[in-house]
Amino acid sequence: MIKPFITRKHQEKLIEWFFFLNGIVVVAILAGIFMLLLMNAIPAFREVSIAHFLSKPIWNPDAYDQPTYGLLPMLVSSLMVTVGSLVVAIPLGIGTAAYLSDVASPRVREIAKPAVEILAGIPSVVVGFLGIVLVGPVISKLTGTYNGLNALNGSILLAVMALPTIISLSEDALTSVPRSYEEASLALGASRWQTVILVKIPAAASGILAACMLGMGRAIGETMTVLMATGNAAEFPHSFLGPVKTMTSTIAIELGEVAYYTTHFYMLFAVGLILFIITFIINLISDIIFHKHTRLQ
Amino acid sequence: MANNIRMKAEHVDFYYGSNQTLKDITLDIYDHAVTAIIGPSGCGKSTFIRLLNRMNELVPNSKLEGVISIDGESIVAEHMDPVDLRRKVGMVFQKPNPFPKSIFENIAYGLKVNGQKDKGLIEQRVILSLKKAALWDEVKDRLHDSALRLSGGQQQRLCIARCLAIEPEVILFDEPCASLDPISTSKVEALILELKKDYTIVIVTHNMQQAARVSDFTGFFYMGELIEFDKTEVIFTRPKDKRTEDYITGRFG
Ligand SMILES: Nc1ncnc2c1ncn2[C@@H]1O[C@H](COP(=O)(O)OP(=O)(O)O)[C@@H](O)[C@H]1O
Ligand SMILES: [Mg+2]
Repeated sequence: MIKPFITRKHQEKLIEWFFFLNGIVVVAILAGIFMLLLMNAIPAFREVSIAHFLSKPIWNPDAYDQPTYGLLPMLVSSLMVTVGSLVVAIPLGIGTAAYLSDVASPRVREIAKPAVEILAGIPSVVVGFLGIVLVGPVISKLTGTYNGLNALNGSILLAVMALPTIISLSEDALTSVPRSYEEASLALGASRWQTVILVKIPAAASGILAACMLGMGRAIGETMTVLMATGNAAEFPHSFLGPVKTMTSTIAIELGEVAYYTTHFYMLFAVGLILFIITFIINLISDIIFHKHTRLQ
Repeated sequence: MANNIRMKAEHVDFYYGSNQTLKDITLDIYDHAVTAIIGPSGCGKSTFIRLLNRMNELVPNSKLEGVISIDGESIVAEHMDPVDLRRKVGMVFQKPNPFPKSIFENIAYGLKVNGQKDKGLIEQRVILSLKKAALWDEVKDRLHDSALRLSGGQQQRLCIARCLAIEPEVILFDEPCASLDPISTSKVEALILELKKDYTIVIVTHNMQQAARVSDFTGFFYMGELIEFDKTEVIFTRPKDKRTEDYITGRFG
């Protein structure tokens, strides 16, 4: 037998290296983004203190005499639309997932599952459009507000965008609950809904929680939709029916107009850094929950 | 034994998709007796027993023909809700399948889904069921521990207790000892003999000694057909069919 040029052992080493390199590249990109944000954020604090940034309730970089760079208005705005969207999306998402995994007939499921996936693929600008021409006028009619471009509108749209993630991951979690639990419950005279709510959802809880966290990550980082639908008033938000300007909107709107290498310019990177850290933490938590979940299966 | 007939299968055919798994099964299940279903693996024992509480209608594309009745009424009759039927006809599965909840919650579950809200009554019934299932002494100090921490044999007795708590009239056992050690097996067998006084029992087993020990009637299934059905002593001493004889003497299976 002729010895092959690359032995099996070498081959495996090569493959191993290939995947290792891939992993390294991904980590490097992540670290690179973080560094870029950090390097550009640091100069922001030459003229303005970190305490000012974190505590001032006003974001007004264009003020003639004394510009203020308070993070709070946009942080609160982002949290408002995110929490608002979760309040809508979590019950609806889990309910839909439970319906699809346990109650729907196979035919309904066949139609609904691809529909959910298509929903995930709708460009955010189209969703924002719906916010302006559909959700806005409806809110305006119902509440008597001026144009319906407000935090509530953003919440509803973000809920629509977080739903596919929540539905499909929760459904996966419900489907992976051992069938024997379901059979035990039904054999005790529980109805299907009782079985889903009392046995399957608790058993799938960590997977569902991870799904909600990912949906949240999606909502907080979403830009175009909230930019279009929330009115973007640079004031401290006081109600869901008032306009808000989120962190993402602020960056998207102002970075295009700001003079380069000014404090305002660097401040926008500081906002981006905060956003990056928040989404990173959310994803990390959902990842940890998710892995705990799969290990228990 | 002058027993009343409790459940009845008449000319039952059952299909998974286009595969016919049961062929023309006609069988009576007597009140307050233990009926054993024996036969080689894959002959349709589980399929048959799962028809009796309508568990198999959850399988997509399955089809039932013929009539299965309880107290003279078809179990698929218009007004017969599967949920009501399953309250009357309980089931214990082959592999112990307690919920990932506490011992107490496992038993209380059946009561709660059946609308019982009285906490005191639930507690009473949990204790009573554990006693009936001969598990009380082993778990009385840790009712709020996870059921998953019990041994396999204890888990199976917990499943029996859970089933008893909703006070069924018929209990179906699908190879309840298949995954248990000999000591747990003998405990469960003793329990079944005890339960016979109050319940109608159907037990699937591929353990011939077990069938002989616990049952009053035995049906031998082979390739989806009921080859022979009679009093257990007759099946085990004077079987009429050559195939039954071959099976119980261990010549195949
Ligand atoms: N859910 C199912 N779908 C399709 N075929 C099944 C299903 N369950 C059992 N079968 C088939 O039906 C036959 C009888 O199975 P089963 O009733 O489990 O036999 P036993 O309990 O006697 O071992 C087997 O051939 C099995 O493969
Ligand atoms: Mg079986």
